[in-house]
Amino acid sequence: MDLRYTDADEAFRAELRSWLESTLQDLPAPPARDDWAERRRYDTDWQRRLHDAGYAGLNWPERVGGRAASPSEQLIFLEETTRARAPYVGVNFVGTLHAGPTLIAEASEEQQERYLPSILRGDEVWCQGFSEPTAGSDLASLRTKAVRDGDEYVVNGQKIWCSFAQVADFCELLVRTDPEAKKQAGITWLILPMDSPGIEIRPIDTVAGSSEFAEVFLGDVRVPVANRVGDENDGWRITQVTFSFERGTAFVSELVDARRLANELAVLARRAPRMEGSAWDDATVRRELGHIVAELDALWALTKRNVSQAERTGSPGPGSMMIKLAYSEARQRLGELSLRVLDRAALAFSDDLLSGADELLEERLRTLALTIAAGTSQIQRNIIAERVLGLPRK
Amino acid sequence: MDFELSADQEALRDGIAELLAGRFGIERVRACENLPGAVDRERWRELGEAGVFALRLPEADGGLDLGLVDAAVVFEELGAALVPGPLVWSEVCAGVVGGAADGSTVVGGVSAQVGDRVVIEHLGGIDALARVGSERVARLEPGDVTAEPLARPLDPLTPVSLVEALPEGDPLALAPARARRDGAVLCAAYLVGMARAMAASGVVYALEREQFDRPIGSFQSIKHLLADAAVRVEMARASVHAAALHVDDPELGDVRRAVAGSKHLAGEAAIANARTALQVHGGMGFTWEVDVHLYLKRAWVLDTVFGSADEHADAVAACLSSFPLA
Ligand SMILES: Cc1cc2nc3c(=O)[nH]c(=O)nc-3n(C[C@H](O)[C@H](O)[C@H](O)COP(=O)(O)OP(=O)(O)OC[C@H]3O[C@@H](n4cnc5c(N)ncnc54)[C@H](O)[C@@H]3O)c2cc1C
Repeated sequence: MDLRYTDADEAFRAELRSWLESTLQDLPAPPARDDWAERRRYDTDWQRRLHDAGYAGLNWPERVGGRAASPSEQLIFLEETTRARAPYVGVNFVGTLHAGPTLIAEASEEQQERYLPSILRGDEVWCQGFSEPTAGSDLASLRTKAVRDGDEYVVNGQKIWCSFAQVADFCELLVRTDPEAKKQAGITWLILPMDSPGIEIRPIDTVAGSSEFAEVFLGDVRVPVANRVGDENDGWRITQVTFSFERGTAFVSELVDARRLANELAVLARRAPRMEGSAWDDATVRRELGHIVAELDALWALTKRNVSQAERTGSPGPGSMMIKLAYSEARQRLGELSLRVLDRAALAFSDDLLSGADELLEERLRTLALTIAAGTSQIQRNIIAERVLGLPRK
Repeated sequence: MDFELSADQEALRDGIAELLAGRFGIERVRACENLPGAVDRERWRELGEAGVFALRLPEADGGLDLGLVDAAVVFEELGAALVPGPLVWSEVCAGVVGGAADGSTVVGGVSAQVGDRVVIEHLGGIDALARVGSERVARLEPGDVTAEPLARPLDPLTPVSLVEALPEGDPLALAPARARRDGAVLCAAYLVGMARAMAASGVVYALEREQFDRPIGSFQSIKHLLADAAVRVEMARASVHAAALHVDDPELGDVRRAVAGSKHLAGEAAIANARTALQVHGGMGFTWEVDVHLYLKRAWVLDTVFGSADEHADAVAACLSSFPLA
């Protein structure tokens, strides 16, 4: 067991660091939160830069344009991009972190050639159409229907909570292809082009007052059978593959960023005034932050363990399911603590009251979703209990 | 970087687990209550012969020249089996107190104190007492310590004595900071083992016990308690292994932060998981007969040595100034 990076790893780090330094300098200013056209441009431009420098698809195989980087290089990439405060994946989240990896594992060669390189280059953006108004945690009960008509499926139904739908080119779409079968057995995983006729997108405002996700209505939308990934009615199995990435690896960069934020909270607390002294003089604030940081550090160590396991055995261990649960819970505590530290400086999204307050407040609202999105904490606990501990379903 | 147990470490773990299953079953552990200082000297020697205390000593001194992380792997097993006695002190002092390494000398220790009252564990079963002060670690002879055994220790397997006078003792070639640091990590590893045993005991009972015509493990509130327990084990173990590696190789990053985080999480995990196991066992969990209370009481006891969970949380917070990337 060791945590040391090799000389080759350190060379990778040095090269990446200097690339980040020079590249971040001439990056345009980030766009306004609700200017979606600009956000797409900004995020895909960043993806393109990563691609051109050889840093896109770090853990993707070489045959699809990835770098096939070692686990330690993947970790170093996360550390360095966070340290340099490089742009987040943004609208490329679905494509690079779970739709793409699902295609690598399950799609045909033609499909892989068609879709993967353009995800890596930032040419095409993906969204996820899994959830429905009546199918959230109980995703397998989804009703959006696809009926075969020659070499096309005709799709009717409604999806909800589709992040980035308004800027996406494609959607990983779950549909019911066999209404008679047991609910898990009648589902198919399709690639839906978002410019198909019959799609209506209605943005939904989040608690943060932004339109991060949308309802998507599908009326007689025709999807070529060639866009099906895997077999008809085998979509539930493929969905589990998608989940293994979405819940297992997709938010690791969040974890690194949370460690950065925890540190910044410690610094900011020293500037947050109290009747006497600062918030940092409050022992309960320090103790709670120490607790949260111990957890975040442990999760980072557990991430390294997972990556090591995946490298050895080909699949991450049970730890990956646990990281999503524990991270999102720890992050909620960090959010609550940051409000305690801000005190009345939290009453407006503004840096005028206390510099740095704005970011913490935005983060508090954004991270409320972490224990809900990609499987609620309750569902994650069910899964750990049943699949890892072997407790009976009923 | 490969943060998984190596084949050698797996063999070490399996070897000690097998030894403990054969020689330190829970009946034998419970029987320690009636031994002086609750130390089973015969079996202690066997642990010594198996190398439990000598893992980190140089080969020239009869050791295995291994790291703190290897010792942590072994101490997790000791904790899972709830082996009583001053195991951590004996390991930490193995290089400086003669006979500690092979288990012929049992070394206890004392560092924390509540006001002017000094309480010492296992006094009746030890041959040497390490006293960790701010400047130095001293060796005291238990016979020179004037102390009164307390009639009802919280943990029946951790007898305690109230000290009236502690002599100065003779300095040992061991830095206090090192004793505290290594002790915290080994104690944390032991606590991880306890947390693991309690998570497992909860699962076993949840599969066995039926109510409302189904195993209680099918009830969601039981599932969630046990899922959280499992998560605590994985996190605390990763944290302890990371801390041990930091001690072995300080260039990895902030050693203090890693060590403090590990003792904090392991202590919390052991207490929370024992409480979970107790709750899952229902009325049985509240009995003397079921082992759970022994784990819970030990977890409470061990939270008071080598720094409490609270103290270590404060220590982590105090480390927050540089950007954390290790
Ligand atoms: C920010 C954000 C982005 C999202 N992006 C997307 C996206 O891009 N694409 C997409 O398809 N979906 C997306 N989702 C949807 C997300 O996956 C669902 O919200 C989530 O699966 C929960 O479903 P629900 O909202 O219907 O809640 P429900 O399933 O109705 O749950 C409500 C409450 O009941 C609890 N509950 C439900 N079932 C059980 C059970 N069996 N045991 C115990 N408790 C239970 C839940 O834990 C929760 O607390 C997003 C959600 C958020 C918040």
